[in-house]
Amino acid sequence: MTNDKPKIIAGLVIFVLIATSPVWLNRGKTKEAPTPVMAAEATAKGYCVMPKAEMKAKHMKVLDGWRNSVVRNGQRVYVNESGKQFTMSLSNTCLECHTNKAEFCDKCHVYASVNPYCWDCHVDPKEK
Amino acid sequence: MNVQYMSALIAVVVLGFLAYIGTEFLGLNSLFGIFIPYLAVCFFLVGAILKVMKWAKSPVPFRIPTTCGQQKSLDWIEQNKIDNPSTTPGVIARMFFEVLLFRSLFRNTKAGIKEGKITYEWEIFLWVGALAFHYSFLTVLVRHMRFFLEPVPGLIGIVETLDGFFQVGTPGVLLSGVVLLGAVLFLLSRRLLIPQVRYISLMADYFPLFLIIGIAGTGIYMRYFARVDVVAIKQLAMSLVTLHPAIPQNVTVSGILYVHLFLVSVLFAYFPLSKLMHMGGVFLSPTRNLANNSRMERHINPWNPDLKFHTYEAYENDFREKMIEAGLPVEKEA
Repeated sequence: MTNDKPKIIAGLVIFVLIATSPVWLNRGKTKEAPTPVMAAEATAKGYCVMPKAEMKAKHMKVLDGWRNSVVRNGQRVYVNESGKQFTMSLSNTCLECHTNKAEFCDKCHVYASVNPYCWDCHVDPKEK
Repeated sequence: MNVQYMSALIAVVVLGFLAYIGTEFLGLNSLFGIFIPYLAVCFFLVGAILKVMKWAKSPVPFRIPTTCGQQKSLDWIEQNKIDNPSTTPGVIARMFFEVLLFRSLFRNTKAGIKEGKITYEWEIFLWVGALAFHYSFLTVLVRHMRFFLEPVPGLIGIVETLDGFFQVGTPGVLLSGVVLLGAVLFLLSRRLLIPQVRYISLMADYFPLFLIIGIAGTGIYMRYFARVDVVAIKQLAMSLVTLHPAIPQNVTVSGILYVHLFLVSVLFAYFPLSKLMHMGGVFLSPTRNLANNSRMERHINPWNPDLKFHTYEAYENDFREKMIEAGLPVEKEA
Protein backbone atom coordinates (compact mmCIF):
# COMPACT_ATOMS: atom_id res chain seq x y z
CA MET A 1 0.00 0.00 0.00
CA THR A 2 1.26 3.48 -0.81
CA ASN A 3 0.54 6.62 1.12
CA ASP A 4 -1.16 9.09 -1.19
CA LYS A 5 -1.75 11.77 1.43
CA PRO A 6 0.98 14.17 0.13
CA LYS A 7 -0.33 13.91 -3.42
CA ILE A 8 -3.94 14.57 -2.42
CA ILE A 9 -2.97 17.50 -0.21
CA ALA A 10 -0.82 18.95 -3.02
CA GLY A 11 -3.80 18.62 -5.35
CA LEU A 12 -6.11 20.37 -2.90
CA VAL A 13 -3.59 23.20 -2.40
CA ILE A 14 -3.41 23.72 -6.17
CA PHE A 15 -7.23 23.69 -6.35
CA VAL A 16 -7.58 26.31 -3.61
CA LEU A 17 -4.86 28.50 -5.14
CA ILE A 18 -6.59 28.46 -8.53
CA ALA A 19 -10.07 28.97 -7.06
CA THR A 20 -8.94 31.94 -4.96
CA SER A 21 -6.58 33.39 -7.57
CA PRO A 22 -8.64 36.58 -8.15
CA VAL A 23 -8.32 37.38 -4.45
CA TRP A 24 -4.57 36.99 -4.10
CA LEU A 25 -3.76 38.39 -7.54
CA ASN A 26 -5.65 41.57 -6.60
CA ARG A 27 -4.43 41.72 -3.01
CA GLY A 28 -4.02 45.18 -1.59
CA LYS A 29 -5.52 46.86 -4.63
CA THR A 30 -8.66 48.90 -4.65
CA LYS A 31 -9.11 50.14 -8.16
CA GLU A 32 -11.68 52.85 -8.58
CA ALA A 33 -14.01 52.50 -11.52
CA PRO A 34 -12.96 54.75 -14.40
CA THR A 35 -14.76 57.98 -15.19
CA PRO A 36 -14.52 58.90 -18.86
CA VAL A 37 -13.55 62.51 -19.45
CA MET A 38 -15.74 64.48 -21.82
CA ALA A 39 -13.65 66.58 -24.22
CA ALA A 40 -14.20 70.36 -24.21
CA GLU A 41 -15.41 70.19 -27.83
CA ALA A 42 -18.09 67.64 -26.89
CA THR A 43 -19.26 69.66 -23.88
CA ALA A 44 -19.39 72.77 -26.03
CA LYS A 45 -21.52 71.07 -28.66
CA GLY A 46 -24.05 69.99 -26.02
CA TYR A 47 -25.71 67.18 -27.94
CA CYS A 48 -24.86 63.79 -29.40
CA VAL A 49 -26.68 61.56 -31.88
CA MET A 50 -28.70 60.17 -28.97
CA PRO A 51 -29.24 61.11 -25.33
CA LYS A 52 -26.38 60.22 -22.99
CA ALA A 53 -28.00 57.20 -21.32
CA GLU A 54 -28.93 55.70 -24.67
CA MET A 55 -25.47 56.32 -26.08
CA LYS A 56 -23.96 54.55 -23.09
CA ALA A 57 -26.00 51.42 -23.70
CA LYS A 58 -26.30 51.48 -27.48
CA HIS A 59 -23.23 53.17 -29.00
CA MET A 60 -21.90 49.82 -30.23
CA LYS A 61 -25.21 49.09 -31.96
CA VAL A 62 -25.24 52.56 -33.53
CA LEU A 63 -21.72 52.10 -34.88
CA ASP A 64 -22.50 48.61 -36.12
CA GLY A 65 -25.60 49.95 -37.89
CA TRP A 66 -23.63 52.83 -39.38
CA ARG A 67 -20.96 50.51 -40.68
CA ASN A 68 -23.50 48.27 -42.38
CA SER A 69 -25.35 51.25 -43.80
CA VAL A 70 -22.20 52.87 -45.24
CA VAL A 71 -20.38 49.76 -46.41
CA ARG A 72 -23.32 47.82 -47.77
CA ASN A 73 -25.80 50.50 -48.87
CA GLY A 74 -23.60 53.54 -49.42
CA GLN A 75 -26.02 55.48 -47.21
CA ARG A 76 -23.93 57.92 -45.17
CA VAL A 77 -26.51 60.23 -43.62
CA TYR A 78 -28.01 59.50 -40.21
CA VAL A 79 -31.07 61.39 -39.03
CA ASN A 80 -31.68 61.22 -35.28
CA GLU A 81 -34.96 61.45 -33.41
CA SER A 82 -34.93 65.23 -33.23
CA GLY A 83 -34.34 65.47 -36.99
CA LYS A 84 -30.66 66.42 -36.89
CA GLN A 85 -28.47 65.06 -39.66
CA PHE A 86 -25.10 63.42 -39.08
CA THR A 87 -22.51 61.92 -41.40
CA MET A 88 -22.02 58.30 -40.43
CA SER A 89 -18.33 58.28 -39.62
CA LEU A 90 -16.45 57.13 -36.56
CA SER A 91 -13.24 59.04 -37.24
CA ASN A 92 -14.89 62.19 -38.54
CA THR A 93 -18.24 62.57 -36.75
CA CYS A 94 -17.65 60.88 -33.38
CA LEU A 95 -14.04 61.85 -32.91
CA GLU A 96 -14.70 65.39 -34.11
CA CYS A 97 -16.22 66.18 -30.72
CA HIS A 98 -14.81 63.32 -28.66
CA THR A 99 -11.27 64.35 -29.41
CA ASN A 100 -9.81 62.39 -26.53
CA LYS A 101 -10.14 58.70 -27.36
CA ALA A 102 -7.65 57.70 -24.66
CA GLU A 103 -9.52 59.56 -21.93
CA PHE A 104 -13.03 58.90 -23.24
CA CYS A 105 -13.39 55.57 -25.07
CA ASP A 106 -10.42 53.72 -23.67
CA LYS A 107 -11.13 54.51 -20.02
CA CYS A 108 -14.05 52.07 -19.78
CA HIS A 109 -12.98 49.81 -22.62
CA VAL A 110 -9.62 49.03 -21.03
CA TYR A 111 -11.18 48.62 -17.57
CA ALA A 112 -13.79 46.14 -18.80
CA SER A 113 -11.38 44.60 -21.33
CA VAL A 114 -13.73 45.26 -24.21
CA ASN A 115 -11.59 45.36 -27.33
CA PRO A 116 -13.76 45.95 -30.37
CA TYR A 117 -12.15 45.68 -33.76
CA CYS A 118 -13.12 49.27 -34.73
CA TRP A 119 -9.51 50.34 -34.56
CA ASP A 120 -8.25 47.55 -36.78
CA CYS A 121 -9.30 49.76 -39.70
CA HIS A 122 -10.17 53.17 -38.28
CA VAL A 123 -7.61 55.55 -36.85
CA ASP A 124 -7.74 58.11 -34.17
CA PRO A 125 -6.33 61.11 -36.09
CA LYS A 126 -4.50 62.21 -32.95
CA GLU A 127 -2.72 58.96 -32.36
CA LYS A 128 -0.94 58.94 -35.70
CA MET B 1 -44.36 15.14 -18.17
CA ASN B 2 -42.06 13.75 -15.61
CA VAL B 3 -41.68 14.84 -12.02
CA GLN B 4 -37.87 14.56 -12.19
CA TYR B 5 -37.28 17.21 -14.83
CA MET B 6 -40.31 19.34 -14.02
CA SER B 7 -39.25 19.78 -10.41
CA ALA B 8 -35.71 20.66 -11.49
CA LEU B 9 -37.00 23.18 -14.04
CA ILE B 10 -39.40 24.75 -11.55
CA ALA B 11 -36.64 24.97 -8.93
CA VAL B 12 -34.35 26.90 -11.31
CA VAL B 13 -37.14 29.21 -12.49
CA VAL B 14 -38.16 29.95 -8.89
CA LEU B 15 -34.53 30.65 -7.93
CA GLY B 16 -34.20 33.04 -10.86
CA PHE B 17 -37.38 34.91 -9.95
CA LEU B 18 -36.30 35.06 -6.32
CA ALA B 19 -33.15 36.95 -7.28
CA TYR B 20 -34.98 39.21 -9.74
CA ILE B 21 -37.79 40.15 -7.37
CA GLY B 22 -35.38 40.42 -4.45
CA THR B 23 -33.17 42.96 -6.18
CA GLU B 24 -35.57 44.83 -8.47
CA PHE B 25 -38.44 45.25 -6.03
CA LEU B 26 -37.29 44.48 -2.50
CA GLY B 27 -33.90 46.17 -2.59
CA LEU B 28 -32.04 43.12 -1.32
CA ASN B 29 -29.03 43.94 -3.53
CA SER B 30 -26.51 43.39 -0.73
CA LEU B 31 -27.99 39.98 0.04
CA PHE B 32 -27.86 38.77 -3.59
CA GLY B 33 -24.78 40.74 -4.64
CA ILE B 34 -22.49 40.29 -1.63
CA PHE B 35 -23.67 37.99 1.13
CA ILE B 36 -24.87 35.01 -0.94
CA PRO B 37 -21.89 35.00 -3.37
CA TYR B 38 -19.41 35.03 -0.47
CA LEU B 39 -21.32 32.32 1.35
CA ALA B 40 -21.51 30.21 -1.81
CA VAL B 41 -17.77 30.45 -2.50
CA CYS B 42 -16.94 29.52 1.12
CA PHE B 43 -19.36 26.61 0.92
CA PHE B 44 -17.81 25.52 -2.37
CA LEU B 45 -14.21 25.59 -1.12
CA VAL B 46 -14.84 24.01 2.28
CA GLY B 47 -17.32 21.49 0.89
CA ALA B 48 -15.04 20.40 -1.95
CA ILE B 49 -12.08 19.99 0.42
CA LEU B 50 -14.12 17.99 2.95
CA LYS B 51 -15.48 15.75 0.21
CA VAL B 52 -12.02 15.02 -1.20
CA MET B 53 -10.64 14.41 2.32
CA LYS B 54 -13.49 12.00 2.97
CA TRP B 55 -12.71 10.12 -0.23
CA ALA B 56 -9.01 10.17 0.58
CA LYS B 57 -9.74 8.37 3.83
CA SER B 58 -11.45 5.48 2.05
CA PRO B 59 -9.04 2.56 1.95
CA VAL B 60 -7.91 1.26 -1.41
CA PRO B 61 -6.03 -1.85 -0.32
CA PHE B 62 -5.89 -3.57 -3.67
CA ARG B 63 -5.18 -2.59 -7.22
CA ILE B 64 -8.52 -2.39 -9.00
CA PRO B 65 -7.72 -0.86 -12.37
CA THR B 66 -10.18 -1.45 -15.17
CA THR B 67 -8.16 -2.60 -18.10
CA CYS B 68 -8.81 -1.81 -21.71
CA GLY B 69 -5.84 -3.46 -23.34
CA GLN B 70 -3.19 -6.15 -23.02
CA GLN B 71 -1.53 -6.13 -19.63
CA LYS B 72 2.21 -6.50 -19.12
CA SER B 73 3.02 -10.13 -19.68
CA LEU B 74 5.78 -12.04 -21.45
CA ASP B 75 8.34 -10.00 -23.37
CA TRP B 76 7.07 -11.05 -26.78
CA ILE B 77 3.46 -9.98 -26.03
CA GLU B 78 2.99 -6.30 -26.71
CA GLN B 79 1.63 -4.41 -23.72
CA ASN B 80 -0.90 -1.58 -24.10
CA LYS B 81 1.03 0.88 -21.96
CA ILE B 82 -1.69 3.55 -21.72
CA ASP B 83 -4.84 1.49 -21.36
CA ASN B 84 -3.24 -1.07 -19.07
CA PRO B 85 -0.32 0.68 -17.41
CA SER B 86 2.06 -1.15 -15.11
CA THR B 87 4.19 1.86 -14.18
CA THR B 88 3.62 5.34 -12.76
CA PRO B 89 4.43 7.15 -16.07
CA GLY B 90 1.86 4.90 -17.73
CA VAL B 91 -0.71 5.85 -15.09
CA ILE B 92 0.09 9.53 -15.59
CA ALA B 93 -0.46 9.13 -19.34
CA ARG B 94 -3.76 7.35 -18.72
CA MET B 95 -4.91 10.03 -16.27
CA PHE B 96 -3.87 12.77 -18.70
CA PHE B 97 -6.08 11.33 -21.43
CA GLU B 98 -8.89 10.62 -18.96
CA VAL B 99 -8.97 14.08 -17.39
CA LEU B 100 -8.37 16.18 -20.50
CA LEU B 101 -9.96 14.07 -23.25
CA PHE B 102 -12.47 11.81 -21.41
CA ARG B 103 -10.89 8.69 -22.94
CA SER B 104 -13.18 6.23 -21.16
CA LEU B 105 -16.27 8.10 -22.35
CA PHE B 106 -14.88 7.91 -25.88
CA ARG B 107 -15.40 4.14 -25.68
CA ASN B 108 -19.11 4.61 -24.96
CA THR B 109 -21.29 2.01 -26.63
CA LYS B 110 -25.01 1.76 -27.14
CA ALA B 111 -26.88 -1.51 -26.76
CA GLY B 112 -29.62 -2.29 -29.22
CA ILE B 113 -31.45 -5.12 -30.93
CA LYS B 114 -30.93 -5.64 -34.64
CA GLU B 115 -32.54 -8.54 -36.51
CA GLY B 116 -33.31 -10.22 -33.21
CA LYS B 117 -29.72 -10.07 -32.01
CA ILE B 118 -28.32 -7.86 -29.31
CA THR B 119 -25.75 -5.44 -30.68
CA TYR B 120 -23.33 -2.96 -29.14
CA GLU B 121 -22.64 0.03 -31.29
CA TRP B 122 -19.98 2.69 -30.76
CA GLU B 123 -21.76 5.91 -29.77
CA ILE B 124 -19.52 8.96 -30.00
CA PHE B 125 -21.98 11.85 -29.57
CA LEU B 126 -22.09 11.82 -25.78
CA TRP B 127 -18.32 12.20 -25.84
CA VAL B 128 -18.47 15.00 -28.41
CA GLY B 129 -21.17 16.81 -26.41
CA ALA B 130 -19.30 16.38 -23.14
CA LEU B 131 -16.06 17.66 -24.65
CA ALA B 132 -17.79 20.68 -26.21
CA PHE B 133 -19.59 21.41 -22.94
CA HIS B 134 -16.57 21.18 -20.64
CA TYR B 135 -14.15 23.11 -22.83
CA SER B 136 -16.60 25.88 -23.69
CA PHE B 137 -17.44 26.19 -19.99
CA LEU B 138 -13.72 26.45 -19.20
CA THR B 139 -13.31 29.16 -21.85
CA VAL B 140 -16.29 31.07 -20.49
CA LEU B 141 -14.83 30.84 -16.98
CA VAL B 142 -11.41 32.08 -18.13
CA ARG B 143 -13.01 34.94 -20.06
CA HIS B 144 -14.96 35.98 -16.96
CA MET B 145 -11.66 36.67 -15.21
CA ARG B 146 -11.76 40.05 -16.96
CA PHE B 147 -14.34 41.05 -14.36
CA PHE B 148 -12.22 39.88 -11.45
CA LEU B 149 -8.72 41.11 -12.35
CA GLU B 150 -7.48 44.69 -12.73
CA PRO B 151 -5.48 45.26 -14.86
CA VAL B 152 -6.79 42.49 -17.10
CA PRO B 153 -3.92 40.12 -18.03
CA GLY B 154 -3.12 39.98 -21.74
CA LEU B 155 -3.76 36.25 -21.85
CA ILE B 156 -7.45 36.76 -21.06
CA GLY B 157 -7.68 39.31 -23.87
CA ILE B 158 -6.12 36.76 -26.23
CA VAL B 159 -8.63 34.09 -25.18
CA GLU B 160 -11.46 36.53 -25.83
CA THR B 161 -10.05 37.56 -29.21
CA LEU B 162 -9.80 33.91 -30.27
CA ASP B 163 -13.28 33.28 -28.90
CA GLY B 164 -14.66 36.16 -30.97
CA PHE B 165 -12.69 35.04 -34.03
CA PHE B 166 -15.60 35.42 -36.44
CA GLN B 167 -16.15 39.09 -35.54
CA VAL B 168 -19.92 38.97 -35.86
CA GLY B 169 -21.61 42.24 -34.90
CA THR B 170 -21.06 44.31 -31.77
CA PRO B 171 -20.72 43.22 -29.04
CA GLY B 172 -18.87 40.50 -30.97
CA VAL B 173 -20.36 37.02 -30.76
CA LEU B 174 -18.23 34.77 -28.55
CA LEU B 175 -18.23 31.18 -29.72
CA SER B 176 -17.77 29.62 -26.30
CA GLY B 177 -21.07 31.01 -24.97
CA VAL B 178 -23.00 29.74 -27.97
CA VAL B 179 -21.30 26.33 -27.87
CA LEU B 180 -21.88 26.07 -24.11
CA LEU B 181 -25.60 26.69 -24.45
CA GLY B 182 -25.81 24.39 -27.48
CA ALA B 183 -23.92 21.57 -25.77
CA VAL B 184 -25.92 21.76 -22.54
CA LEU B 185 -29.17 21.74 -24.54
CA PHE B 186 -27.88 18.67 -26.40
CA LEU B 187 -27.02 16.91 -23.13
CA LEU B 188 -30.48 17.78 -21.79
CA SER B 189 -32.26 16.59 -24.94
CA ARG B 190 -30.38 13.27 -24.67
CA ARG B 191 -31.86 12.77 -21.23
CA LEU B 192 -35.32 13.81 -22.35
CA LEU B 193 -35.52 11.98 -25.68
CA ILE B 194 -33.77 8.64 -25.18
CA PRO B 195 -36.23 6.53 -23.16
CA GLN B 196 -33.57 4.45 -21.37
CA VAL B 197 -31.64 7.56 -20.36
CA ARG B 198 -34.82 9.33 -19.26
CA TYR B 199 -35.69 6.30 -17.12
CA ILE B 200 -32.45 6.54 -15.12
CA SER B 201 -32.38 10.36 -14.93
CA LEU B 202 -33.19 11.94 -11.60
CA MET B 203 -33.80 15.50 -10.45
CA ALA B 204 -30.10 15.63 -9.48
CA ASP B 205 -29.27 15.06 -13.15
CA TYR B 206 -31.62 17.70 -14.51
CA PHE B 207 -31.07 20.39 -11.90
CA PRO B 208 -27.45 21.25 -12.84
CA LEU B 209 -28.40 21.18 -16.52
CA PHE B 210 -31.24 23.67 -16.05
CA LEU B 211 -29.05 25.73 -13.75
CA ILE B 212 -26.34 25.98 -16.41
CA ILE B 213 -28.93 26.74 -19.10
CA GLY B 214 -30.16 29.56 -16.84
CA ILE B 215 -26.64 30.86 -16.29
CA ALA B 216 -25.63 30.71 -19.96
CA GLY B 217 -29.00 32.12 -21.04
CA THR B 218 -28.88 35.12 -18.70
CA GLY B 219 -25.24 35.71 -19.69
CA ILE B 220 -26.05 35.72 -23.40
CA TYR B 221 -29.11 37.89 -22.80
CA MET B 222 -27.06 40.45 -20.86
CA ARG B 223 -24.29 40.64 -23.45
CA TYR B 224 -26.22 40.70 -26.71
CA PHE B 225 -29.76 41.87 -25.89
CA ALA B 226 -29.95 43.87 -22.68
CA ARG B 227 -26.38 45.21 -23.08
CA VAL B 228 -25.98 45.84 -19.39
CA ASP B 229 -23.49 48.29 -17.92
CA VAL B 230 -20.30 46.18 -17.73
CA VAL B 231 -18.35 48.86 -15.90
CA ALA B 232 -20.88 48.79 -13.05
CA ILE B 233 -20.71 44.99 -13.00
CA LYS B 234 -16.93 44.98 -12.93
CA GLN B 235 -17.06 47.47 -10.07
CA LEU B 236 -19.20 45.03 -8.10
CA ALA B 237 -17.01 42.05 -9.02
CA MET B 238 -13.80 43.89 -8.12
CA SER B 239 -15.27 44.99 -4.80
CA LEU B 240 -15.98 41.34 -4.01
CA VAL B 241 -12.52 40.00 -4.87
CA THR B 242 -10.61 42.85 -3.21
CA LEU B 243 -12.63 42.01 -0.06
CA HIS B 244 -14.12 45.50 0.10
CA PRO B 245 -17.63 44.51 -0.93
CA ALA B 246 -19.93 47.33 -1.96
CA ILE B 247 -22.91 47.63 -4.25
CA PRO B 248 -21.90 50.29 -6.82
CA GLN B 249 -23.66 53.60 -6.25
CA ASN B 250 -24.83 56.06 -8.94
CA VAL B 251 -24.91 53.28 -11.54
CA THR B 252 -27.45 50.55 -12.03
CA VAL B 253 -26.43 46.95 -11.90
CA SER B 254 -29.12 45.19 -13.91
CA GLY B 255 -31.55 42.85 -12.15
CA ILE B 256 -30.63 40.18 -14.71
CA LEU B 257 -27.06 40.31 -13.42
CA TYR B 258 -28.33 39.40 -9.96
CA VAL B 259 -30.24 36.47 -11.45
CA HIS B 260 -27.04 35.36 -13.22
CA LEU B 261 -24.96 35.84 -10.07
CA PHE B 262 -27.49 34.07 -7.86
CA LEU B 263 -27.71 31.06 -10.18
CA VAL B 264 -23.89 30.90 -10.25
CA SER B 265 -23.88 31.10 -6.43
CA VAL B 266 -26.39 28.25 -6.27
CA LEU B 267 -24.19 26.24 -8.64
CA PHE B 268 -21.14 26.87 -6.44
CA ALA B 269 -22.95 25.98 -3.23
CA TYR B 270 -24.57 22.91 -4.80
CA PHE B 271 -21.29 21.71 -6.30
CA PRO B 272 -19.77 19.82 -3.33
CA LEU B 273 -23.09 18.12 -2.57
CA SER B 274 -23.68 16.80 -6.03
CA LYS B 275 -22.45 14.70 -8.91
CA LEU B 276 -20.60 17.78 -10.10
CA MET B 277 -17.85 16.76 -7.67
CA HIS B 278 -16.59 14.47 -10.43
CA MET B 279 -14.28 17.43 -11.01
CA GLY B 280 -12.28 16.25 -7.99
CA GLY B 281 -13.41 12.65 -8.15
CA VAL B 282 -11.89 11.96 -11.55
CA PHE B 283 -8.44 12.31 -9.99
CA LEU B 284 -9.32 9.82 -7.26
CA SER B 285 -10.79 7.04 -9.40
CA PRO B 286 -9.05 3.85 -8.26
CA THR B 287 -9.98 2.17 -11.53
CA ARG B 288 -8.03 4.85 -13.42
CA ASN B 289 -5.18 5.95 -11.17
CA LEU B 290 -3.65 2.64 -10.11
CA ALA B 291 -0.99 0.77 -12.07
CA ASN B 292 -1.98 -2.78 -12.97
CA ASN B 293 1.07 -4.42 -11.40
CA SER B 294 -0.64 -7.09 -9.32
CA ARG B 295 1.38 -9.79 -11.11
CA MET B 296 4.67 -8.10 -10.31
CA GLU B 297 4.12 -6.83 -6.80
CA ARG B 298 2.27 -8.39 -3.91
CA HIS B 299 -0.23 -5.99 -2.40
CA ILE B 300 -1.07 -7.07 1.11
CA ASN B 301 -4.20 -5.77 2.76
CA PRO B 302 -2.76 -3.57 5.52
CA TRP B 303 -5.46 -4.36 8.04
CA ASN B 304 -5.38 -8.11 7.66
CA PRO B 305 -5.65 -9.56 11.19
CA ASP B 306 -2.57 -11.43 12.34
CA LEU B 307 -4.10 -14.91 12.17
CA LYS B 308 -2.28 -18.12 12.99
CA PHE B 309 -2.62 -20.40 9.97
CA HIS B 310 -2.10 -24.16 9.95
CA THR B 311 0.02 -24.52 6.80
CA TYR B 312 0.29 -27.70 4.75
CA GLU B 313 3.89 -27.98 5.88
CA ALA B 314 2.80 -28.10 9.51
CA TYR B 315 -0.05 -30.50 8.66
CA GLU B 316 2.36 -32.88 7.00
CA ASN B 317 4.69 -32.66 9.97
CA ASP B 318 1.78 -33.66 12.22
CA PHE B 319 0.66 -36.64 10.15
CA ARG B 320 3.76 -37.72 8.14
CA GLU B 321 4.07 -41.22 9.61
CA LYS B 322 0.38 -41.95 9.25
CA MET B 323 0.38 -40.65 5.68
CA ILE B 324 3.35 -42.82 4.68
CA GLU B 325 1.68 -45.77 6.38
CA ALA B 326 -1.47 -45.19 4.39
CA GLY B 327 0.52 -44.85 1.17
CA LEU B 328 -0.26 -41.15 0.64
CA PRO B 329 2.39 -39.05 -1.16
CA VAL B 330 4.37 -36.67 1.06
CA GLU B 331 6.56 -33.74 0.14
CA LYS B 332 9.28 -34.54 2.64
CA GLU B 333 10.23 -38.07 3.55
CA ALA B 334 10.66 -38.70 7.26
